Amino acid sequence: MNLWLVLAINSITLGGLLFLLSAGFSLIFGLMRIPNLMHGSFFMLGAYMGSTFLAKGFGFWPAALASAASMAVLGGLVERFLLRRLAGQELAQVLLTLGLSFIIADACLMVWTGDPIQPSTPPDLRGAIIRSGLVFPIYRLAIVGVAIAMAIALWLLIDKTRIGAMIRAGVDDAPIARVVGIKVSQLFTLVFCLGAALAAFAGVVGSPYLSIYPGLDAEMLPLALIVVILGGAGSLPGALLGSFIIGFLYNFGQAMFPDLAYVILFVPMVLVLVLRPQGLFGRVAL
Amino acid sequence: MTIQRRTVLKGMAAAGASLGVSAKIASPALAQGAPFKIGLMTVKTGPLAQGGIQMEQGLLTFLKEKNNTLGGRKVELVVADTGGNPAGAKTKAQELVERDKVNVILGPLAAFELLAITDYILQTKTPLIAVAAAEDVTQRKANPYIIRPTTTSAQCCHVMADYALKELKLKRAATISEDFAFGHEQMAGFQRVFEEGGGKVVKKLWPPLVTPDYTPFIAQIGNVDMVFSGFAGSNPVKFMRAYADLGLAAKTPLMGGWTFMDDALLKSLGDEALGVLSGSSYSSAFESESNKRLVAAMAKDYNSLPGGYASGMYIGGMCVESALAIAGDKSTDGTAFAEALHKIKLEESPRGAFTIDARGNAVGAVFVRKCEKKNGQLVNTVVKTYPNVSQFWTYPEDEFLKNPVYSRDYPPAKNLEN
Repeated sequence: MNLWLVLAINSITLGGLLFLLSAGFSLIFGLMRIPNLMHGSFFMLGAYMGSTFLAKGFGFWPAALASAASMAVLGGLVERFLLRRLAGQELAQVLLTLGLSFIIADACLMVWTGDPIQPSTPPDLRGAIIRSGLVFPIYRLAIVGVAIAMAIALWLLIDKTRIGAMIRAGVDDAPIARVVGIKVSQLFTLVFCLGAALAAFAGVVGSPYLSIYPGLDAEMLPLALIVVILGGAGSLPGALLGSFIIGFLYNFGQAMFPDLAYVILFVPMVLVLVLRPQGLFGRVAL
Repeated sequence: MTIQRRTVLKGMAAAGASLGVSAKIASPALAQGAPFKIGLMTVKTGPLAQGGIQMEQGLLTFLKEKNNTLGGRKVELVVADTGGNPAGAKTKAQELVERDKVNVILGPLAAFELLAITDYILQTKTPLIAVAAAEDVTQRKANPYIIRPTTTSAQCCHVMADYALKELKLKRAATISEDFAFGHEQMAGFQRVFEEGGGKVVKKLWPPLVTPDYTPFIAQIGNVDMVFSGFAGSNPVKFMRAYADLGLAAKTPLMGGWTFMDDALLKSLGDEALGVLSGSSYSSAFESESNKRLVAAMAKDYNSLPGGYASGMYIGGMCVESALAIAGDKSTDGTAFAEALHKIKLEESPRGAFTIDARGNAVGAVFVRKCEKKNGQLVNTVVKTYPNVSQFWTYPEDEFLKNPVYSRDYPPAKNLEN
């Protein structure tokens, strides 16, 4: 009984974190049509940077924002100076992001060594809520709050602003968007910055309970990939729903059928790919 | 250095080396010829890199201390990065043996890497000093070219089961470890001793090697007196935080094998680790001369505390030195050197005195350590020392070897509850 409640709450918190990670991935995938295989690296590098800012005396949230800002710069540079040279060659772009992810992983190993780092939970959010013998850490609930706030902010950005309208146009049909005068290549840079910043922010927010260690990038990337395939590339509601579906499947799958944990995680992805390749919320590409 | 005194013939050369006098002058017969080549197989990239980097640091510390001269012979080190996978281990082992023509291999880190190269080691008659814990390499499939001066997977877990039963009077345990051979062997060893002593293992949990969040597993632990864990790499850090976050740290004591609470992990842990008990053949707090030198040098050169991997390779270096003294002129013959490795008897090392049994595994002290805070820093304080622990625990060797190797399902768990 208690077990199920703990699992349910934990599913929601994991879903929140996955949304932060995969929102940017989804936008990049939707707009540029490439799965950005560096996304896990942005997450990990962002988390490492956050730990360094924390060590330099920043508060937790300022550290998260500072890390997001520096990763936005890095993302922008990668898009502007590397990916753009390969415009139109999607396979080459994917391979480039894969190569960069290896480079980032080794660079992190050199700078931060292989020792795992676990930043402490922000002081205001320590402790746990105890109800009828059930313990649940406050910090994880706070992650859900942050994820919801971020979802609303992103929704306002994409749905209510001019930039958002341009991004949506680019996702729907990039050539036509170009024809009507939208500078789609500038959108690419912008979305790449945004995606990298979101991933880094998620990395810092997740680090107090995931901890940071070599290989974290490769653990997070497949989760982002499943979420986006499930929800549909380029769709924020899709990423939100996909994140919570995966959050629940992951938690209940591991608790009930630990031997099949990965099967349970990937079967929905396979089903979606077969039955509805554009994803639950994705639109059919024109 | 007692080991060196034992070999009278090369005594002058060895004593010369340990006094810092140029050994070349003291012993021209030995110093002539090519240097003795050590190949280190380690992991410097990927998720296992933390342990791998420690391995290299431990060995470099030893060789630096000895001025790259062991038993009057110049030593040359070749370092190979396997990438932490069996295919990489195989390739690097071939490179070390065929291209670099090393005389002895130290490493590799992981059990599946070691298993991938044992046949090749036998074929090419290359002596190897392992840290990887795979039980059968020194048991049912003992390889005459391999010794392990650290521990098997279960060696420390037998001890922890005994400690939990007799000292802490705990009766109901849950086990949790990664779903791979090292985890299976550790948990099986714990379960056997714990259940034969009257305890019950009522829950066995096996999270996948890659598990971002342990909460779904911890939530299943239920009503037990203690939890025994065998996590390795960076997983213990994540696990302990989640365990404390869910309020279990205050209620249910947590214990583990040596990788679970390796001294090298202490700087990554916080207060959630206080009180955790672990069994290990090494403690950075152990008071021996060589250990003090190791800890001081690692702090100075690498700003880190040596754990099982660093000390394992430092001790590996001592084993090479000792075997060089035993095998003498025959050291470059693989078979003779491997035989010498089996005769090693170190009276002074960072883990204390130990010997190598007939199947190649160390017999020595195992420490039960408790994580405490001293001067604001976490330390593993030794609370009890079990002397002369063999890989067979207190069981007769032939009886132990008649059983199947420890695994996920052996010994069978008869007391599981839902």
